[in-house]
Order: sequence, then C-alpha cells, then structure tokens
Amino acid sequence: MATEHQIELMESAARAQEAGDELRGERMIINMGPQHPSTHGVLRLVLELDGEEIINVWPDIGFLHRGDEKLAENMTWTQFIPYTDRLDYLAPLANNVAYAYAVEKLLGLEVPPRCQYIRVVCAELARISSHLLGIGTFGMDVGAITVFLYTFKEREKIYDLCECLCGARFTTSYTRIGGLANDMPPEFLPMLRKFLAELPATIAEVDTLLTRNKIFLDRTRDIGVLTKEQAVDFGITGPILRATGIEWDLRKAHPYGGYEKFDFDVPVGSVGDCYDRYLCRMEEMRQSIRIIQQAIDNMPGGAWNAPEAKIVLPEKKAVLTKMEELIHHFINVTEGLNAPSGEVYFSAENPKGELGFYIVSRGGGTPHRLKIRAPSFVNLQALPVMAKGHMISDLVAILASLDFVMGECDR
Amino acid sequence: MTPSQAVEQLRQRFGDAVNVPVLFRGETSVRVAREKIVEACRFLKWECGFDMLTDLAGVDNYGTEPRFEVVYHLYSMTNRCCLRVKVPVTEDDMTIDTVTGIWAAADWHEREAFDMFGLKFRGHPNLKRILMWDGYPYFPLRKEFPLAGMDAELRDPESGAGRVEVAPMLGGPFVPGQGSPSSILREPQQVDTIAEEQEKLAHPNKKESV
Repeated sequence: MATEHQIELMESAARAQEAGDELRGERMIINMGPQHPSTHGVLRLVLELDGEEIINVWPDIGFLHRGDEKLAENMTWTQFIPYTDRLDYLAPLANNVAYAYAVEKLLGLEVPPRCQYIRVVCAELARISSHLLGIGTFGMDVGAITVFLYTFKEREKIYDLCECLCGARFTTSYTRIGGLANDMPPEFLPMLRKFLAELPATIAEVDTLLTRNKIFLDRTRDIGVLTKEQAVDFGITGPILRATGIEWDLRKAHPYGGYEKFDFDVPVGSVGDCYDRYLCRMEEMRQSIRIIQQAIDNMPGGAWNAPEAKIVLPEKKAVLTKMEELIHHFINVTEGLNAPSGEVYFSAENPKGELGFYIVSRGGGTPHRLKIRAPSFVNLQALPVMAKGHMISDLVAILASLDFVMGECDR
Repeated sequence: MTPSQAVEQLRQRFGDAVNVPVLFRGETSVRVAREKIVEACRFLKWECGFDMLTDLAGVDNYGTEPRFEVVYHLYSMTNRCCLRVKVPVTEDDMTIDTVTGIWAAADWHEREAFDMFGLKFRGHPNLKRILMWDGYPYFPLRKEFPLAGMDAELRDPESGAGRVEVAPMLGGPFVPGQGSPSSILREPQQVDTIAEEQEKLAHPNKKESV
C-alpha cells in the first residue's frame, strides 16, 4: 500500500510540474482586504501575482477617512484634542502630547518642567503600549500566537495606568494647550513603578519566544528589505528608518519637551528587514523603561500648567469665586484661546514615526489649516518597494513589521 | 548648511523667482514661483542636502489672491535642519509640476493634495483620488465645502448603499430636539412597531386589547 501511495504522489507531482510550465508567467490580480486580519484595520491591497510571487502591490487607503483636518478648521484649538486620540489609536497619549506641543510652539509658550516630565512619561508609556501590540500581532501574523497573549497582558496594565491618570483607558485626551487636564493622582506613581518592575520580565519572555526562534527568523530575515537611500527617499521615519541603519530619532536630533535631559540610546538596525524592525522595537521598549525611570526619579514639583491665564483654564474653585477667572474661563471656552497669526510645523517622535502638525493660523480661536503628517501614511507608501519579488505569506510579515494604524493613515 | 544659507544660495541661483525668507518661531519659510519649483527642489536636494521630503500640504487661502498654496517641508538628514518652501497657485490655473521625480515620498502627498483641493500635479504618474473614492465630485478641504458635507453618489450605486447625505450639524439621529418624534420612533426598527407606536400616540386613552 505504501509503495502505491508513493507512486500516486509522484504522478501528481509530475502533473503539477506540467501544469506549472504552462501557467508560468501568467499574471493574476487578486484583492486583499479591506477586511483581512493581517491588514490591521481597513487597508485594501491589490496584488499582481505570478503564482505566489508578488509582481506589484497597490495599496488602496481611505476607508477610515473622517476628515479630521476639515473638522479642525471648524473648532477651537482645545476642542481638537479628542480628535488626536483617534489618529494613532494605539498610542493616544503620544498624539495628545504632540498636538499640545505643536499649538504651544505656535503660541510661543513653554510649559513648566513638571508638565514636561509627565508628558514624557505619557509619550513613553504610549510607545511601550504601541510596540507591545505591534510585536504581539507581528508574532501572531507569522504564526506565534503565544507572544500576543503575553504582550496583551502587559498592555492591559498600561490601560489601567491611563485610567488612573486621566479617567479614560483608550481615548485619553489628557493634555491641554499649556498644560494637562489634571495633575498625576497620588496613586499613579506607585502603580507605574510596579508596572516598570514587571515589564522587563515580559520583554524577556517575548525575547525568548521570538528572537532566536527558527521559524520567526526564517519568516522575517531578509524579508522586505529597505535600504537607507530608499527609506530617506520615501520619507520613512521611526523604527522602520532606524532599522535601515540611520540613527535618527527626533528626541535626539531635535529634542523637545525636555528630552535633552534624559539619558537613553537610539537602537539602529543594519539590514533594514522585518527582523531588524522587530529588534529595534524591542530595544526601544527597554529604552522607554529607562526614560520613564529617570522621569520618576527626577519628577519636579510645582505647577503642572503654564501660568498663562488667557490660555490655560483657571481652577474651577477660582472660577466660582473670582471675577477675573470667571471672565478668562468664559472667553477661553466660548471663543478659544487667541493664537497669533503665523505658521509652524512641529513634529514629535511617536511610536510609529514622525507625527507632524503643520498649523496655519490667521489669529483667533481656530486653525486656518491643520495638516497632520501621519507616519503611517508615509511609511505605507514604501510597501510596493518592500514587497516586490516576495511571496504572499511574506507580505503578511512585511505588513506586520510596518506596524501601521489606519486611523492615522486615513485621518 | 543652515536653512538661511540654503535660501541665500537659492536666491542667487533663481533671482526674483525666490522671495525673501520669513522667520517665525525658528522656522524658515521661503516662497518660490510656480514655474521654478522643480528646478528649485532639485537644487535644494542635490546642492543643499535636503534629501527628505517630510510633508507636502495644500492650503486654501480663500479670499486672497492667489488662492491656493502648496507647502513643502524639506529635511536634511546630513545637516539636521528643516526648510519650508511655499508655492502660490491661482484658482484659474491649478496646475503645478510634480516633484515625484525628486522625492518618491511626494507621490501620495500630491495625490492627497489633489484629492482635497483639486490641485493638478503635472507629470504625476498616478494622479487619482486617495482618501475619497474615485468619482467623488467635490474637493472637501476647500473653504467653500461645508463641514456637513455634500450630497453625492457612492462609487458603486448598485451595492445598495446609494448616496452619502449631508450630516446633521446639531444633535444626530438619537438626540431629541424640540418637536421631534418620540425616542421610540426615532430608533431604527421594524415597520409594524412604528405603526403600533403611532397608533398609541394617536389614541392615547385607548386600552390595549389583551
């Protein structure tokens, strides 16, 4: 029986060989997404294939377009903060921080050190949260589901921290122009310390599960390689740029919000493939832990809002008892803070790359134009270059390693 | 090379096509004539080291002339500095040469500017809508486009979804207002329930038959 079975197999292999010769070179166009699990949201890809080999990819975006830039032109500066939560919805705190700094740059306003430090903690927590998800789903997309469970357990703690800090787990809206919605509650720092003590164990676990995993290495090494020149040409930023070997991090290149006071390293890759992107993200999490640790140790006291009565909302108690504060509160809420006319571009190092806000102001309480330079939008553009010549299954790994968010890409 | 040095060189090379740079909050922006944009960008990339196009944005300055502006944010990896180049575009002739040949990053950015403002980038390899769907008739980020949106047909009218409608600016389908029908009627539900409810409203004193 066994021999008979073998003969059958050989026959079918020969038949496949014959058919393969006939079909070689025939192109097929297939559709992937927008509801495909590996596209992490609503991304549609049109693939041109020769067998399983990718000849070309055309990403089709815009399924999550909500017109955030149009909305911004029709509301006050402060009212737009909740919309920034919904850009990169895996790191809302980092978006809040970037937007607040952008408007403060327009106003020429500097926030007090305590506010800066709290914002650093926020941005780094967001980075860890985003990378935990990115790596967890990366593992899942190439077949290692366990990693996802470990990283999501840790992310849950970050959401608890968010809830403690600002009352919301997901849509944080924590920053205000010129400060924060409220100071850190007293329970926050002990919780954060506990989390920082526990996180390295999880990162180590992920490390043992993936970094030297034969299957993971086979699936990611030399897949989706992007060279330094290509990366700069496409305007790629964030871990994907650093994986190609360019040491460029906005926190180091153009320090903002007190980042110059922190001691941390910028990990870079050497090949620029999916594996390097994974390694960069892993190391960035460890560096983020270092940054948060320093922020906790040197947390300054004092005010957490800029002393600008015409920009920052006064204390509620003062509003109810004092005339001046009542007036400021009323004007601030109804007309919005009065920004000078001019234009600024501010960008922050977000988990996904450079999140930039280009603001054109004509004075008054609303922006004239607010352009969001979303890292996912820019990074996704290089997908065809990375995917050409690879198999469909490699495309899944490449998409996972790009770690994009469609909320930010489509705005 | 600092941004101001780059602008100085640009002015020497292109003369009147480049305006005096403006400094605001430590950022240099310079206005370049539309005809010279590709040459100027090529010069900035290869002679001044601005090897990265960070961002490209359209701006609608409704009420002023020229009405539109294309804004390029250039970045130099070697010199670690940023320069803003602005190109005015008139409403009657909304064409501008593409810079996709200089930076690959310009591709999607220019498509977005076309999608949102109707700016036509001459020589772009694939100038079609990117965020809105193919065949959408309006340019949403222009100032005359209302926030509520405009009535338009969807890409595929046969799919049953049909049209996009103007969004309510106040309230919404589940927010009560003066004179609006009762909350039960406002919720989507089966037709016979609505009829029952209307019957009840019409005859409030009628006892329900058991």
